[in-house]
Amino acid sequence: MVRSTRLLTWVLYLGLALYTLITFIPFTWALSASFKSLAEISSGATNFIPQNFTLDNYNQIFTQEPLFGRWLLNSVVVAVIVTVFNLLFNSMAGYALARINFPGRQWWFFLVLAVLVIPGQITLLPKFLILKSFGWLNSYQGLIVPTVVNATFIFMMRQFFLNFPKELEEAAKLDGLNRFETFFQVVLPLAKPALAAQTIFIFMGSWNEFLLPLVVMSNPEMFTLPLGLNAFRGQYVTFWNLIMAASMVFTLPALAIYAFFNRYFIQGVTFTGGK
Amino acid sequence: MLTQNFWSKQSTREGLSGYAFMLPTIVVLGIFLILPIIYTIILAFHRVQVLGEVSYRFNGLKNFVRMADDDRIWIALQNTAEYVAIVVPIQTILALGLALILNTNIKGKSWFRVAFFLPTVTSSAVLTLIFMWIYNTNGLLNHFLSLFGFSAYNWLGDPDVALKGIMIMNIWATAPLFMVIYLAALQDIPESLYEAAAIDGATPWEKFWCITLPFLKPVTFFVIVMGIIGTFQLFDQSYIFSGGSGGPNNATLTIVLLIYQYAFKNLQMGYALALTLVLALIIMSVTLIQRIFFKEESLD
Repeated sequence: MVRSTRLLTWVLYLGLALYTLITFIPFTWALSASFKSLAEISSGATNFIPQNFTLDNYNQIFTQEPLFGRWLLNSVVVAVIVTVFNLLFNSMAGYALARINFPGRQWWFFLVLAVLVIPGQITLLPKFLILKSFGWLNSYQGLIVPTVVNATFIFMMRQFFLNFPKELEEAAKLDGLNRFETFFQVVLPLAKPALAAQTIFIFMGSWNEFLLPLVVMSNPEMFTLPLGLNAFRGQYVTFWNLIMAASMVFTLPALAIYAFFNRYFIQGVTFTGGK
Repeated sequence: MLTQNFWSKQSTREGLSGYAFMLPTIVVLGIFLILPIIYTIILAFHRVQVLGEVSYRFNGLKNFVRMADDDRIWIALQNTAEYVAIVVPIQTILALGLALILNTNIKGKSWFRVAFFLPTVTSSAVLTLIFMWIYNTNGLLNHFLSLFGFSAYNWLGDPDVALKGIMIMNIWATAPLFMVIYLAALQDIPESLYEAAAIDGATPWEKFWCITLPFLKPVTFFVIVMGIIGTFQLFDQSYIFSGGSGGPNNATLTIVLLIYQYAFKNLQMGYALALTLVLALIIMSVTLIQRIFFKEESLD
């Protein structure tokens, strides 16, 4: 009995190790290519450690593709602004739906729930027409404004604030704080775990978004990194060393956010069920 | 509906601050969600001109009638069906398997969990490029297979395997997400059930079949539905993989890609909107079925 349990444990570890390998091979292969010369890549060798380690590829993507830096900047600007606004607006709406007794509250809550069922792809074309009529195509606001609130996280914040201790707000009220002061000075600072979970999902979603930028941004100067990467690939079809270097530059910030907020990630996933 | 109480100063202030807190949400959801839905429903029955100034002309059911003769819709639906039939079962079983392993008292499980998640947090654009490189004729996959005596193969150019390449990538990228959902569900199973079963002399296998699996039924349903919905929304991977064409020979054509092509390549916005409406109905009915079967306790 003991022996069979030990054997089982080894089988399980073997399975996990194998799956870890499957997870990491594509990434390490891409990472290693980004440090190899084109000659080494084209030779078809399968060494994961570069024979001649070089940073040339990283150098080249910024010099040969003058817009690369701009794409990086665009992505950062959009993702950071979208994240900040989402944290603020989703929390405000979630708080109102959980705690403030205003007429029509049930109706608005029902609307938020209904919105959860509607996938983004479906509103894409009319969104394009509306942005076009605003003259917002090829602009930051065209990418930012439509995504500054998110029904999923409004719902999450509402659930969070429903369980928030009422005593703190009552104490704040006795201290003469109004709703806004209470929210910003007392409630929001205590919502950090929920905000952290939101930060990861909103930032990643915005950073990795492909379809909306594809439709809104046609001017290469306004591309975000996913679009730039796609254009870059079209231009440097066989220069996989450069494409992989560009991919790595793109992946790093998202990875950093993930590493930093990792412990809040799981609760976010289990809440949203993905997306 | 307005009670007298509402007009008291306190309530008025409460109502005003409520709407102040809700204002950004109401404005943005109104303009970029409610309005687009109304737009889609109305414009699906119009011929829409998008070049220059947007203009439209009512053309009744023409857009919908045209769908019946549109072969590419059927190809896209067929691709989607094939995709669902292969990807959803495999990724669900893989996710469950990984979750079951990580739910044992194995050491380093949080480390494995973090590691497995890597593909899920990486952008679809980057993943697609990495896999295209691995799949290419001179790529890692062919080198690996040559160890077993297979000759180099053009995986990307063959219509019979192109979609399968995307499937493998997506199973790999999505399974960890569902794994986490399964893990959370596994942790909700009361330990007392297993203890009771142990007293009754149940084997681990019997415990799995009689306790674990029945308990996971709602989650499994959820995972399958999410998988199906995700499939219907497949776009990025196909677009990057095929350079926007859905090729080779329509092998990677998806419904959203088709809608994109009609709207922005063929400039037939009205027809594209009609297709969007159909897609919306498909996705929403799948979601509704799930909501009905899987009562969301969290909503109460």
